[in-house]
Amino acid sequence: MEAEPAVEVVGLVKRYGRKTAVDGLDLSVGRAAVTAVLGPNGAGKTTTIETCEGYRRPDAGTVRVLGLDPVADAARLRPRVGVMLQSGGVYAGARAVEMLQHTAKLHARPLDVDTLVERLGLGSCGRTAYRRLSGGQQQRLALAMAVVGRPELVFLDEPTAGLDPQARRATWDLVRDLRADGVTVVLTTHAMEEAEQLADQVAIVDGGRVIAQGSPAELVRSGDGAEDTQEALRFDGRPGLDLGALLKALPDGTAAAELTPGSYRIRGPLDPQLLATVAAWCAQVGVLPDRLTVERRSLEDVFLELTGRELRS
Amino acid sequence: MTTTSQGRYSPAPGAAPLGRMLLAQTGLETRMLLRNGEQLLLTVVIPTVLLVLFSAVDVVDTSGPGKRVDFLAPGLLALAVLSTAFTGQAIATGFERRYGVLKRLGASPLPRWALLTAKTGCVLVTEVLQVALLSVIALALGWSPHGDPFSVAALLVLGTAAFSGLGLLMAGTLRAEATLAAANLVFVLLLLAGGVVVPLEKFPAAVRSALELLPISALSDGLRSVLQHGSSLPLGDLGVLAVWAVLGLAAAARFFRWE
Repeated sequence: MEAEPAVEVVGLVKRYGRKTAVDGLDLSVGRAAVTAVLGPNGAGKTTTIETCEGYRRPDAGTVRVLGLDPVADAARLRPRVGVMLQSGGVYAGARAVEMLQHTAKLHARPLDVDTLVERLGLGSCGRTAYRRLSGGQQQRLALAMAVVGRPELVFLDEPTAGLDPQARRATWDLVRDLRADGVTVVLTTHAMEEAEQLADQVAIVDGGRVIAQGSPAELVRSGDGAEDTQEALRFDGRPGLDLGALLKALPDGTAAAELTPGSYRIRGPLDPQLLATVAAWCAQVGVLPDRLTVERRSLEDVFLELTGRELRS
Repeated sequence: MTTTSQGRYSPAPGAAPLGRMLLAQTGLETRMLLRNGEQLLLTVVIPTVLLVLFSAVDVVDTSGPGKRVDFLAPGLLALAVLSTAFTGQAIATGFERRYGVLKRLGASPLPRWALLTAKTGCVLVTEVLQVALLSVIALALGWSPHGDPFSVAALLVLGTAAFSGLGLLMAGTLRAEATLAAANLVFVLLLLAGGVVVPLEKFPAAVRSALELLPISALSDGLRSVLQHGSSLPLGDLGVLAVWAVLGLAAAARFFRWE
């Protein structure tokens, strides 16, 4: 990572009328790496990205992209930055390959269009009008348009929303290749798995702020602190089992709870001995543990802990 | 880590030369227009049908001596400009705005002024095709045009500027559906009340003096005075068109929203 970040956002505030979409957001994006901006709907992800793309003027704070001001230096930045909007961006009557070729023509040293078309599986729909493409095909075309100009930096706003598993895999592979070749990638997503799979850095955004930032591993280790809370043993059994005897048999620092009737969780430093203790106790109380699993904390757990579990509109 | 990319995606950014971008964008805009069936109906079929129909059948009393086609051809050339520069451009641009095309192009190396230049180029290319088609048909129907081509070109260019300004103003401020409805409504109203096929003399004097200030009236009247009556530069009509062009383009520049 070079000294100067590819994107530097400090104290960004953006309001739409009375609604504050972004509320003092800080974000630093390293070069030649993949940064995922992760957050629930309405968290301010798209507003942040679109401010970096030069579409919005900050109400407060500063945004620097490749060392430049995205609004004032837009003309110098545009050739260097690839943009994938969340939706649209193509003439309804344009054919997929035609639009990609056109985008390539606006750049000095574009990628080979045919290779890119093949790579993203757009060959079969190359002569289909944009409005007749499936959502997934439209997404892949938008991705191709973002990278065809061989940018230094690409912003991908929910690049895999609505994709089937194969198309999502193709998108991920392309993002990995971009990074391997030194392109900086900033993507938004609410798919935890995507952030875990792709990102070097994850910024979790909620309520218009970054509430946690780090590598996926760092984020999973953080959260509610102690090392021993990262793992748990879960099993189902008869409801209402007396956990007192089990707790006595388990080492200190271990917690056991019945989360919902018949669903049990043991938290603590997991080792084979602990598993043996639990199994012995099960034998004592005459329970065959069902769906016995060792659980590790995922980015999803961290995300939900940080942003709350209630559904948002 | 993948190693199959072998530097294929290594950054090599840069804008294409301006001329190449302008050519590409004008070509794309023109292809989009010519591929759109509704648009072709508006820009080609309607003026052609009106020309043939009203020349052949005495539906509208075109007033005064001379062949009907001599009266109709200039009016339908004006209508062709209206349909392409105003109605067609407003609807197409309105939907491009709605579908994020303008937004996405705003992030490309193509400057905004170059996008608008390309749109103007597309309108002019289409108008050349329309004028050629209508002229051939009119000549086949016995049209005998007079006047100097420079005056005709000046009227067509100023008319295009006036209608483009108004069309872009509508496309850049209203919702796409509202633009679609309003641009078609305006097209029909101006067709009927702008001296295109119905002579303005048929209207009451008070109404007529108001209608004469419409850009379509100035364009059809100006074209008619040159092509039918052989007048030199019709300054009054050019003046009306110039005022509309300045007002329309200034308002569009001021109020146009790209998203």
